[in-house]
Amino acid sequence: MFPANFDYYRAGSLAEAVDLLQKNPGAKVLAGGHSLVPAMKLRVAGPSALVDIGRIADLKGISLANGQLTIGALTTHAEVANSPLVKDNCGVLAQAAGQIGDQMIRNRGTIGGSLAHADPAADYPTVIRAVGAMITVFGPNGLRMINADSFFTDLFSTALADGEIITSVTVAAQDASTRGSYYKIPHPASGYAVVGACAIVSQADGVCSSVSVTVGGATANPVRCAGVESALIGKAANEANIAAAAAKTDESVNATMGDQYASSEYRNHLAAVAVKRALMAASA
Amino acid sequence: MNHTVTITINGVKHTREVEPRTLLASFIRDHVGLTGTNVGCDTSQCGACTVHVDGQAVKSCTVLAVQADGSSVTTIEGMAQGGKLHAVQQAFWDQHGLQCGYCTPGMIMSISYMLKQNPNASEEEIRHGLEGNICRCTGYQNIVKAALQAREALSN
Repeated sequence: MFPANFDYYRAGSLAEAVDLLQKNPGAKVLAGGHSLVPAMKLRVAGPSALVDIGRIADLKGISLANGQLTIGALTTHAEVANSPLVKDNCGVLAQAAGQIGDQMIRNRGTIGGSLAHADPAADYPTVIRAVGAMITVFGPNGLRMINADSFFTDLFSTALADGEIITSVTVAAQDASTRGSYYKIPHPASGYAVVGACAIVSQADGVCSSVSVTVGGATANPVRCAGVESALIGKAANEANIAAAAAKTDESVNATMGDQYASSEYRNHLAAVAVKRALMAASA
Repeated sequence: MNHTVTITINGVKHTREVEPRTLLASFIRDHVGLTGTNVGCDTSQCGACTVHVDGQAVKSCTVLAVQADGSSVTTIEGMAQGGKLHAVQQAFWDQHGLQCGYCTPGMIMSISYMLKQNPNASEEEIRHGLEGNICRCTGYQNIVKAALQAREALSN
């Protein structure tokens, strides 16, 4: 299988990449290519040109400064999964990255590419929303930051404007009182999430002082489960309280995704199961 | 517009004019003629096309040749050195880690990478690590046995 023909440009810098995107209106950005190239081979995507940002050094690397963990857009899933800096400061990101695809896919796929692609069955969007990340993008009007809560706008759609490229993802470093966990129920063949839940729990004086819960895979974009969160705040993170909170998942998750493998009713059921398991792991 | 791409495969430089849509798997097989790398599913799932690009295991059906320009690739043909099978190849031979053999090149490239990353990989880690390589013959038992033998051989 081959993609339809396209023009190829390798950008040497971010500015050059944005310039190339503006000069080629039908162009798409190529990072690791592990969402885009398969889509092009299946001919569900047919960009007239690709702007390859894969060699722009500024977009690589992981750093910690002023309590903020910043991950460059070109950082691969394997690099995030294995990074001591990520494990120590936002462990759930490393845990989730290690569950994406397989070792070969993790060596090529990038965090920026995954977020820009906004696949409803992807893992990163769910986690990025739960940890309250900020996504930095660069475009014709310069740099701007987009809150993860408003980044995903629909199926495979984001708040990125024409000519904009994700440069990095920033999350606040978590302290020792905070733990997170991502629980994925993968499709057995593809490994994509049928449903995935991410829970971030901070505990103080034996009770949950803050809780963040998101569910992906059931809907076009991951959703925040406010009912679950408020049910657990101020309570001890024990199994009974977690089960009672997880039972409120259906207040927020109303599955719109459904296929011959997993109906929307089944995904609604799995959502509550995944939320409970993610909360249990984040409270252990 | 075609692009001139130079990729070093198993230590030999190959320069070819390719369309941007040329996949690395096709560059290796059709342009250079090294057909040990197989293409199975062609949808990034089966792992038969696994090669090492600059030391990293990747699925060559999902990488464009233009992306790999300037890089150094190792394929199954580059594993045996001086007429001696690589430890993972020898282990597949000894443990009968294949039946039809179609997935084998990818399995060997995947396992050799996995053991380089994690020389003490447990059986569970090996089984989990092989999630990106599909075999439809063996039920994986002898493949895992081969990986375990290779782990011991490589650690000595």
